[in-house]
Amino acid sequence: MPPPGLLVLDDLAIRTRQNVGLVTAIMLFCVLYLLYNLAHPKGFSPAVLVQNGDEIFALAMLAMAQTVPVLMSGLDLSVGAVMTMVACFASYLLTGAASGTPLHLEIFGLHLGLGTFPGGVGGILLGTAICLAIGTFAGFINGCVVVYGRIQPIIATLATGAIYIGVALFLRPTPGGKIDEDLNWAMTNSLGDFASTVHIFDDGTAAWFAPFAWIPVPFVLLVLIALLVWLPFRRSVLGRAVYAVGSAEGAAYMSGLPIERAKIAAFTLAGFFAGCGGLFLAIQTSSGNADIPQAGGYTLNSIASVVIGGTSLLGGTGSAIGSIFGAMILRVISFFFRIFDIAPLLQPLFEGLILLAAVSIGALRVLRVRNTLELFR
Amino acid sequence: MTTASLGLSRDDRPILVAALFILVILVAGTVYTFARFGSAPLLSPTYLLQQLQIGSFLGIVAAGMMIVILIAQIDLSVPWTLAAAAMMATSIGGPFAIPVGLGVGVLVGLVNGVGVAYLRVPSMIFTLGVNAVMRGLMVAHTGGYAPQTAATELMRTLASDRTLGIPNALFVWVAVSVLVSVILQRTPLGRYIYAIGNKEAAAYLAGVDTRRVTVICFVLCGLAAALAGVLLAGYSTKAYQGMGDAYLLPSIAAVVIGGTNILGGRGRYLGTLIGVVLIVLLNSVLSIMDMPEAGRQVIYGLVIIIMLLVYGRGERVTS
Amino acid sequence: MQDAAPAQQAFLTLSGISKRYAGVRALEGVDFACERGNIHAVLGENGAGKSTLIKIVAGVVQPDAGSMRLAGKDVSFTTPSVANAAGVVCIFQELSLMPDLSVADNISIVSPPRRFGLIDTRAQRRRAEELLAEIGCEDVNPLIRVRDLPLSRRQIVEIAKALGKRPQLLILDEATSALTSADVEKVYAMLARLKSEGVAILYISHRMHEVEALADRASVFRNGRHIETFDKGVRSTADIVQLMIGRDIATQYPAKPQRKPSKPVLTLENLSWEKRLDRISLRVSAGEIVGLGGLDGQGQKSLLLALFGVLRGVTGSITVGDRELRPGSPAAAKSVGIALVPEDRKTEGLMLPMSIADNLAIASLDAISTGPFIDRAKENAAVQHGLARLQIKIGAPDDAVLTLSGGNQQKVVLAKWLMTEPRIILLNDPTRGIDVGTKQELYRLMRELADQGAAILFYSTDYDELIGCCDRVAIMYDGRIVRELEGVELNETNIIASSLNIDAAAGSARA
Repeated sequence: MPPPGLLVLDDLAIRTRQNVGLVTAIMLFCVLYLLYNLAHPKGFSPAVLVQNGDEIFALAMLAMAQTVPVLMSGLDLSVGAVMTMVACFASYLLTGAASGTPLHLEIFGLHLGLGTFPGGVGGILLGTAICLAIGTFAGFINGCVVVYGRIQPIIATLATGAIYIGVALFLRPTPGGKIDEDLNWAMTNSLGDFASTVHIFDDGTAAWFAPFAWIPVPFVLLVLIALLVWLPFRRSVLGRAVYAVGSAEGAAYMSGLPIERAKIAAFTLAGFFAGCGGLFLAIQTSSGNADIPQAGGYTLNSIASVVIGGTSLLGGTGSAIGSIFGAMILRVISFFFRIFDIAPLLQPLFEGLILLAAVSIGALRVLRVRNTLELFR
Repeated sequence: MTTASLGLSRDDRPILVAALFILVILVAGTVYTFARFGSAPLLSPTYLLQQLQIGSFLGIVAAGMMIVILIAQIDLSVPWTLAAAAMMATSIGGPFAIPVGLGVGVLVGLVNGVGVAYLRVPSMIFTLGVNAVMRGLMVAHTGGYAPQTAATELMRTLASDRTLGIPNALFVWVAVSVLVSVILQRTPLGRYIYAIGNKEAAAYLAGVDTRRVTVICFVLCGLAAALAGVLLAGYSTKAYQGMGDAYLLPSIAAVVIGGTNILGGRGRYLGTLIGVVLIVLLNSVLSIMDMPEAGRQVIYGLVIIIMLLVYGRGERVTS
Repeated sequence: MQDAAPAQQAFLTLSGISKRYAGVRALEGVDFACERGNIHAVLGENGAGKSTLIKIVAGVVQPDAGSMRLAGKDVSFTTPSVANAAGVVCIFQELSLMPDLSVADNISIVSPPRRFGLIDTRAQRRRAEELLAEIGCEDVNPLIRVRDLPLSRRQIVEIAKALGKRPQLLILDEATSALTSADVEKVYAMLARLKSEGVAILYISHRMHEVEALADRASVFRNGRHIETFDKGVRSTADIVQLMIGRDIATQYPAKPQRKPSKPVLTLENLSWEKRLDRISLRVSAGEIVGLGGLDGQGQKSLLLALFGVLRGVTGSITVGDRELRPGSPAAAKSVGIALVPEDRKTEGLMLPMSIADNLAIASLDAISTGPFIDRAKENAAVQHGLARLQIKIGAPDDAVLTLSGGNQQKVVLAKWLMTEPRIILLNDPTRGIDVGTKQELYRLMRELADQGAAILFYSTDYDELIGCCDRVAIMYDGRIVRELEGVELNETNIIASSLNIDAAAGSARA
């Protein structure tokens, strides 16, 4: 057996080789964000950080959502729709009005009163829980259609996405609704503002709290969700089964893994993440907007984020953490347009070219291949 | 593909079911219109022809999309290829309008083909990028507004006029259909397409130039999208921003409803044809019923799922 | 009829097991038994029912009729997991590993050690190290992704994974086919140890010398029936082959003609590629069958791929006929008359869901076309001709090729290439996993093709085959041809000696 020191180096070498995609994405993001802040007149300031955080969060959540089905060599074309649907629900349930929100249903010309949704803090907490549950449930339905309907994920989620958008349109034929102002303020600013709104830590003035007060809440949420939801999932038997199915479904079956449960879990988790994104979007924009092109744009951008973040569309390798960085890279690129004063007409063109270049980088591998049979998986 | 001698082959069943569904839609729609208006517009040839005329644009796009799906790829650049072809055709005007428009399609197809076949970038993501670039180019070119130049006479004739009482656009669609059918069924190219969709490695080792076939498929798809764009511009007498966005998902849906496997290698063109007709009729019935957009989306999604449940069941994974 | 020990001593007993697949009788009224502490070989042609038998015992499929008893209790395994829980573990020919997961993950894939409900990666790693050590392969780092391991090591991981389930009954289905000679020895040692611990072992292999070396007992199956079970040493190889085929085999190999010297059709000069091929020079003439021998992984497969245009960056010269060229792709190779029967017929040789006719015609579509269209009449004629020439027994040309047996599938691959009328035929281990009957047909066909003027380059891992079929054998070692054997020199001793390069330092095989 080789000496222990050599073993450790051996391990490190192996781990590095296996995580090239993730490391590249992280480094690329750091470089870009650094350049951005250097070029920005008010770079490195809490205000800019907060603004960036708000703009990044929804896409980062959708990127996490898209990662899980992609790991199983599938795809979820409904993430944007789920996000939109949850946002529209939130625009009814999170109004925070002290006396609650009266709800009614208008369908086929009938007007049904549904009672009053509680207001105040209790109402907000309940509303949040319900919205997240709706997103999770939508994901669960996706999983069931794929597993029990035995329909390919692309088509299944294309269809369910249409249904969810339909529900969103039903809820908000025109943009509307409102979100509690305190909630909006607390969630879209820094920790200090959050603390002062929610009246904790001496309204944010506690001495020990000062070094953390500048951190934008969206970043904290992102880190919390990644730590408390994604990482445990990844380390769980079901999470590993998702990777296994994406790597070799036949072998996973032969090994006795719970394939169907893994698939349903993957889509359910995707729905949960998309729900988080929708919830934040509603809070941030203070309204519910059933915008179909926007939903479509978010879905496609989530796919791009996943690829840029180092997850292979073929499944089996990758991580939601990489996808978060992929989303951040996409967003930072659009930030650049603002500061470099690029003609707004040229922005879509640059975005497109950069996206194309980013995904073509993997093509370099092709040039190095010596046995052409390796190109066909 | 040689047709199977035994009863209903796997490829025939979706076509029959889809055709049946069309009948169901027609009957249900007629019942509705009879009850509400006392008339049956759905069964009038004039109405049907007009719907088919509008459907021909989707039909042409779906024909191209089917070819790409058969080789286990996908083309998400269709929306802005369509729009770009329309915008360039109307900008250039004159006798070169249509050739230029089609040329845009060929060019985009070539780029897609090179990216997917030679650079081996997954088509889902590469065509997505190309779509974004085409959008960027057109936004920069037109200044963000709808181009003011109008469609040429020829474009309008092809799209809107009729010959012998039948819309010209329909003739174009039929011509495209015949071409695609012949390619898929009777030519080596068609056989190579199915082979690559089934197992690209085996086709490659059998001496098939899989890269060239892939490029050809994307060129055909781009060409189809461009043709649809040119016709659509002729129909609306001008091009407008985002005119292609409404054709992407329905074209994929039509191909899949028609029985083509989204993973490639299997499917008949007749199925795609019927899938388009089904979607067009469904749309028109929903229009007549004054269904709001919300309801349309839900029904559209449900129809796809139900059709696939009835016949598109994948195999359970065993050893 | 079996002459095994009385049923009540047997660990596993099958009674009256039958299974049908879409009209084909895979197993018919099979009675079978195996004991603890015993290595029991299962022999038979492809289609004899061995795979089905194993799948039933392992819980992958259910029998239509019959019963199973394990350690005296009636059992019925509905899934592989149920079988595993009862102590029945199977190592299949197709690996059950997930390439993108690490070795440690794969070994403990189903019930990993856990901490607070999540997978305990450190304990998992230790478990992998222990199991790998039990086989004697401690040098595999458990963190490596399976995808990054060579095929032989992957099979070791598969075996370690099976060991980890602590089997009472271990089934190996061609589990050593991809192992290097060194690793094979380690596995034999492990099997001997398991045997001494009282584990019952079922062993399927087409390699006669392996079976002779390992098995205490053997059972022969034919056409879905259990023919005979006998102890070690009772039956000779010829007897066994006759039991498997059911008819007398006079000569296994067709006669070799006296070679008349003729101009080489294929000439290689200093062919090199990466580190796998090192200045290969070789000549093959029309009418010759030249074999490629040597240990696994010495570059034989790479040589064939290089000639067929699959590899990039090949240096040196290739001359076909009198033209020097470098095929840049299989299409280019095909156009100068080179054909390749690839290593894996299921993923490289055939489009399984497509029809037999489509698979046969795919390489010859230009020839059977009139103008831009495929000529149906020509196509049908060519298909019928191909089927007849290789005596491929099928239902209808429109059946999917995946319904055929392994031997017939390989025939389709060969027939496809014969339609292109090649003058150089490259064969990449064509008889692997093929039943004895079809093998013989292939040998005869190869000689026939050579007699008709083709030049054949034939890679095989079976020494017998090389000696029996080839006019000349080039032994490869470390990417070079170290010796060419023909005539009286072409015998097993020389092949083995050359394979090991006689050099003392080359004691162990290269992975």
